Amino acid sequence: MTAASGLAVDKLARPPVVWAPLLKDAALAALVAVLLALPLVGLQTYDIGGGALGIRTHFDWVAIAAAAVFVGRLALRLHPQLYGGRAAGGPTPISRLAIWANRQMLPITLAGIAFAVVLPFLPFSSRYLIDLGTTVLIYVMLGWGLNVVVGLAGLLDLGYVAFYAVGAYTFALLARDLGLSFWEALPFSGLVAASFGIVLGFPVLRLRGDYLAIVTLGFGEIIRIVLLNWAPVTGGPNGISDIPRPSFFGLPFARSAPEGVTTFHQFFGLEFSPDHRVTFIYFVILILALITNLFTLRIRKLPLGRAWEALREDEVACRALGINPTNVKLSAFAIGAMFGGLAGCFFATRQGFISPESFTFIESATILAIVVLGGMGSQMGVVLAAILLVTLPEFGRAFAEFRMLIFGAAMVAVMVWRPRGLISHREPTLRLGPQPTQGAGR
Amino acid sequence: MTEVAEGRTPLLAVEHMTMRFGGLIAVDELSFTAYRREITAIIGPNGAGKTTVFNCLTGFYRPSAGRIVMHVDGEILQLDRIAGFRIARRARVARTFQNIRLFAGMTLLENLIVAQHNPLMAASGFSIAGLLGLPRYRAAERAALERARYWLDKLGLTERADWLAGVLPYGAQRRLEIARALCTGPALLCLDEPAAGLNPRESAALNDLLLAIRAEEGIGILLIEHDMSVVMGISDHVVVLDYGCKIADGTPAEVRADPNVIKAYLGEDEVEELLINERSIVTPAEAGVQSDRRSPGAPGFPPSRE
Repeated sequence: MTAASGLAVDKLARPPVVWAPLLKDAALAALVAVLLALPLVGLQTYDIGGGALGIRTHFDWVAIAAAAVFVGRLALRLHPQLYGGRAAGGPTPISRLAIWANRQMLPITLAGIAFAVVLPFLPFSSRYLIDLGTTVLIYVMLGWGLNVVVGLAGLLDLGYVAFYAVGAYTFALLARDLGLSFWEALPFSGLVAASFGIVLGFPVLRLRGDYLAIVTLGFGEIIRIVLLNWAPVTGGPNGISDIPRPSFFGLPFARSAPEGVTTFHQFFGLEFSPDHRVTFIYFVILILALITNLFTLRIRKLPLGRAWEALREDEVACRALGINPTNVKLSAFAIGAMFGGLAGCFFATRQGFISPESFTFIESATILAIVVLGGMGSQMGVVLAAILLVTLPEFGRAFAEFRMLIFGAAMVAVMVWRPRGLISHREPTLRLGPQPTQGAGR
Repeated sequence: MTEVAEGRTPLLAVEHMTMRFGGLIAVDELSFTAYRREITAIIGPNGAGKTTVFNCLTGFYRPSAGRIVMHVDGEILQLDRIAGFRIARRARVARTFQNIRLFAGMTLLENLIVAQHNPLMAASGFSIAGLLGLPRYRAAERAALERARYWLDKLGLTERADWLAGVLPYGAQRRLEIARALCTGPALLCLDEPAAGLNPRESAALNDLLLAIRAEEGIGILLIEHDMSVVMGISDHVVVLDYGCKIADGTPAEVRADPNVIKAYLGEDEVEELLINERSIVTPAEAGVQSDRRSPGAPGFPPSRE
């Protein structure tokens, strides 16, 4: 630091680094790391034969974890002191990137959609990649649906997976008992899920924040447990199998069709390939997700969408302005649930088999993490977060048991650098001035 | 107080209104009338029940007894029988809050558009016409935008229309809240301490604004205020509350000379001293009240908001 003070003419007034509190802070963080790592990493069970378990100790790993946390914490605290950074309120490279992304939102969006459309036809594309893309898009759609409830209306919903399950089971039951196809059942899945959204909405009208979160969490579990135990209808833990696959405007994707039915590859004169269906399913979810997005973007600029956001900001003021909070809340629940239901219907047709195991709390948590990580209310943020959350564990497969560690580290990094989500910028729904002004979006 | 005889049009009549919280009587048998094109001030020491009266008028509380009658658009509505959120739409009563309640994460313009939610919602055909972008909705949105721009201009906020409401300085937030209430197209505007926290210059500007609104919009204004320069300067009619009871009702000059009022504000002992210098009623009262203005309520009085 003494060398720096000599030549820092342009960086005047940089205070000298006070080491003692920094080291103390880093040591404290390292201590927490030791406490956590000791049982998690330090002790490992293994089979000593005869079905008995022995314990192997790995104190070297604990030391590595503690050292990494110590260095990381120190660097984190030192960084703003050395470079101005956030402590001085100046833009960091990451926030500069975010600002640039906000300015270029339209071209980035179009490029993203174009990429999603051509993805299956790219030379390096594979069945695995398309499948992964489909999974990402399901989560994107769920994230966009939940964004209506959590991001716009500010109602913390921890049981969103319930609507996903309702949509999936609606289709599965309609297909099994009434023989409806995917396209016929899709609107019903949305409607039934929306009704469940309203059913959930009524008892929680007066609740906010933590209380609402607990009730919605319970609702999600109730749905799952009912599905698990109502065996005569839902098949219980065995689930429902042989759910019909979607057809291409009535043309099934099959190697051979029954008499009088033309299959997709026969109609287009193609060689049969199972990839056709995978690609088609990918496009179905792409279109569903884009519809969700368009709908949300549009309704945000309508009175209903503005009322959602106003409700998030201040419910008392809303009532004083003559806005009916009941209708506004219920509509947010219903519309959010509807998109969850549509995604569920798609999930059922994609998997061909559903069981309550697909609709556990961890799904709700993942979807909520996508919304929060992306930045509450941000559509683009949801896409980024969904890609991150779904693909990171996939790419981490190479690291075997360390993949969750990498996943966790990435989460920590995001929360350190973007505490309000990847894209925390909120675009006003309408402007008086043509150009973004200085104060807007601050 | 001679009412009606002077050809004034009554707008709001509070009749024997009582508000009880458990064993505590916050407002006791209160009756007063507010008139169209007049500014009615409600004053009183802290904890006198002023904000409770407002909360009853705007549907946040349901009075324990009595009636609140609103004469609007040739109709006679009983506010104590209308669901809270409907009062703003049907009876056209708008209000501001003592501790400003803006939509902080939304822009100024959006705050004013949200205030016009009900007409816009109807025009958007419960979002269906809006989703389709039908011309009917677009016209309604343009009209709403014009109205918002009108009030932004009027309150000197146009330049910051696209700012987030939360980043505005305090005085501008107060003005924005008034603009938002006005955007609902009220017949009666209830302002809960609009001058609180304003500097003398802003306070004087507020006086001019309220007088202009009264003259141009032809609406009634109901005002809770501690700042006596505002109350005495612009009110047509002052109602004084103390411990939930009305102790005086009349023109500012009448109220100022009322011994009950002087007693309530200053205590018995000071009255004599006051009679010597009549002007001093303004200053000590203001100072005495301002010192604990920020506390939500006097001891023994329930919080004024839920």
